[in-house]
Amino acid sequence: MSSEGNVAVHVHRDDEATKLGMWLFLFTELTLFGGLFLIYAVYRFTHQADFHIAAQNMDTFIGALNTIILLTSSLTMVLSITAIRRGSKKLSLLFQGITIFFGFIFLLNKYFEWSHEIHLGNFPGSEILLSKSQGDILFFGLYYVMTGLHGLHVIIGMIVIAIMMRFTLKNVITRNNNIKLEVAGLYWHLIDIIWIFLFPLFYLIS
Amino acid sequence: MEEKEKHSLTNHSYSVYIIVWLALLTFTAITVAVAGINFGNATIAIALIIASIKTYLVLTIFMHLKIENNTFKVFIIIAIFFLIVTFVLLFSDYSNI
Amino acid sequence: MADNSIAISSKGHESYIDHKGKHSGLLGWIFSTDHKRIAILYLVAISSWFLIAVLLGFLIRLELLTPGETIVGAQTYNAFFTLHGIIMVFLFVIPAIPAIFGNFFLPIMLGAKDVAFPRLNLFSWYLYIIGGIFVIIAIFLPGGAPDSGWTFYIPYSIRTSTNMIFTLSAAFILGFSSIVTGLNFIVTIHRMRAPGMSWFRMPLFPWALYATGWIQVLVTPIIGITLLLIIVERVFRVGLFDPSLGGDPVLYQHLFWIYSHPAVYIMAVPAMGVITEIITVYSHKTIFGYKAIAFSSLAIALFGSLVWGHHMFSAGMSDTANFIFSLLTFLVAIPSAIKVFNWTATLYKGSIDLEPPMLYGLAFIFLFTIGGLTGIMLGTLSLDIHLTDTTFVVGHFHYVIFGTTGFAFIGGLYHWFPKMFGRTYNKKLAKISFWILLVGFNILYFPMFVMGWLGMPRRSYDYLPEYQSYHVISTIGSWILILALIIIVYTFIKALRSGERTHEMNYCGGETLEWKVETPPTHENFDEIPVITGGPYDYKQNELESEVE
Repeated sequence: MSSEGNVAVHVHRDDEATKLGMWLFLFTELTLFGGLFLIYAVYRFTHQADFHIAAQNMDTFIGALNTIILLTSSLTMVLSITAIRRGSKKLSLLFQGITIFFGFIFLLNKYFEWSHEIHLGNFPGSEILLSKSQGDILFFGLYYVMTGLHGLHVIIGMIVIAIMMRFTLKNVITRNNNIKLEVAGLYWHLIDIIWIFLFPLFYLIS
Repeated sequence: MEEKEKHSLTNHSYSVYIIVWLALLTFTAITVAVAGINFGNATIAIALIIASIKTYLVLTIFMHLKIENNTFKVFIIIAIFFLIVTFVLLFSDYSNI
Repeated sequence: MADNSIAISSKGHESYIDHKGKHSGLLGWIFSTDHKRIAILYLVAISSWFLIAVLLGFLIRLELLTPGETIVGAQTYNAFFTLHGIIMVFLFVIPAIPAIFGNFFLPIMLGAKDVAFPRLNLFSWYLYIIGGIFVIIAIFLPGGAPDSGWTFYIPYSIRTSTNMIFTLSAAFILGFSSIVTGLNFIVTIHRMRAPGMSWFRMPLFPWALYATGWIQVLVTPIIGITLLLIIVERVFRVGLFDPSLGGDPVLYQHLFWIYSHPAVYIMAVPAMGVITEIITVYSHKTIFGYKAIAFSSLAIALFGSLVWGHHMFSAGMSDTANFIFSLLTFLVAIPSAIKVFNWTATLYKGSIDLEPPMLYGLAFIFLFTIGGLTGIMLGTLSLDIHLTDTTFVVGHFHYVIFGTTGFAFIGGLYHWFPKMFGRTYNKKLAKISFWILLVGFNILYFPMFVMGWLGMPRRSYDYLPEYQSYHVISTIGSWILILALIIIVYTFIKALRSGERTHEMNYCGGETLEWKVETPPTHENFDEIPVITGGPYDYKQNELESEVE
């Protein structure tokens, strides 16, 4: 009877459908950022020299550091899935915790970066920025919107992983039923991919 | 189902992920280093190619696309195809050929 | 296990309307994850918005009865056409067919008990309601109803002092609701088809919804981010589109139409799916060119996503872009024509029943052909320069949108109403109102082609006296059309309240799975999941069987 029950549970739970749904959702995220990348591409094309100069304000070191942090958090995310599949709940929890921690460090860097720019007067609506060239205004407009939206996704991702940690603790996520953690991981990796493109476009074009 | 999970376990061990992570870090280093050299218009192209390679690694290994069935791969192709075509059509307006 | 199955079959004859869930009364509806109940929730909400938008359309026509001020001032007139557009597009036409008929019949047609993500499905309805509330707030908040036109063009949407932020947020939220529905349908079609139902044994309405789902998922986020950017630009003065901050208003138009042109196919493709079902059922004949219709849905989705530039021929795009977009626009005509030819070929030698749904089906082909051909005129570069921003365009898209989605919506409702509610409607009244609607529709919209050709600009409050005779005809048409709509609404409400009860499973001789379940369907749709052994439209086989009998 118990084995039959297990079969029934298995049929009811369609991991494949959950993953398909998550991928489709990721596509909506992809075209959401895609719209921004379209705008970026056009303005960079029409204001090449301005973008070049404006990008010199960006600190390549912080950008590269944040890239490394996010790539590493992707690693710990995927390791947490492998860990739970191998049955080590504690290790999985540890990796999920580290992922959230990296997300936090990423945001902290972002905070320092933004406050530095704002200190210099490079923020939307400021007199200093408005007196610069149109390309500068567009560059910083896109910089704040794109990294801001990305940062928002990092925050959402951290909340999602925190919920996954709770599920893992309560044994909702287990060795044989870890689809929730897997799709949370997909989301986190997408955030990483978007950053992989944001990094060269804002920090490496000066 | 059970079999597939086991299959995926043997495919991607901890070490595979760590190797991919090291590769990703290496590519990051390369892209930063290359950015310092002036290739003119090719600079942005090189940066985007490296970003695409990194994305490919994340998609296939970290996001397990390599061991998923073809539906997922077709899905991804549709989405990326849509984005690329949109870029091309949009630039038919701006490129002034 | 055995106990379980008995319990299910004994419960089996209780319809989804009588089904007792966790909650009772109204809560049993608004907390229900049953796809059929969610469809009814959508039906109530969407129909209400439809009637509000019709009222606004009526007021627009009334104002245009005479040159100058007739009933309202210019600012109110601007708000009228803006709200008419926003409500019709985002709250009626886009969700109407997928969210109502798609939700109700997609799982049944696939032989499934529900959609893939039932809770997400209910969530999309709540998003829809929240979006609607935002529109109401935008109308009544001090500051005034939005007046930028439903296209939110820059710089109107940045400069206007009306309640743009709520309006834009409403469109954003409604877009999200549409995405969730599309995503749900794609996964449902991939994962929930009954055993034996291969892709090419799937009915054509699901095929249409599948193509639509992809458009919804891929393009809707682009308008989402674009509208968000206008909000950000208004609130924080971030330079993105505003020309005074270096932005490019034409780029905004690109991004807007990257979504809003495919959105036309989000509206039309499901309507085509409904019409395909109606035509094959009431011709009592296997659909002609099943695969051609299925693939033409995908082809429309693909080409339809690549032609947005034809809205911008006079906006100052490069010649290359004008040329490419015009060419691609002509290509969309091919899959659309494939559908029309297949429908007419299905009618050929069929035994046609002129039931109310079929009347709508036939009118659909007629109106869609007029709308489609005038669309080809507008897609022609040289003609478009002459016709752009005239009432010719307004006539064209009303033929296409009202003539397809609107007619498919009403026709589909007649077609499936007894199945959904277990009650019959007054067929005589339905037929009379159909003819009034068709006559009113053409009197209302056809003069727009003529006066547009003569140069009457659209969205214009005032006009030269020489156009007045056309405006008078058009306004009289709107009264006839509204008379028909009143009779239609009366027919449905009367049917709901006192229509004769029916439990006949297959009252129209259909072959797809919704005609093989109870009327109205049970909570679980099927006592046991069916096993599919043949195509969805096997009319021939039945004819043979009945001949043998």
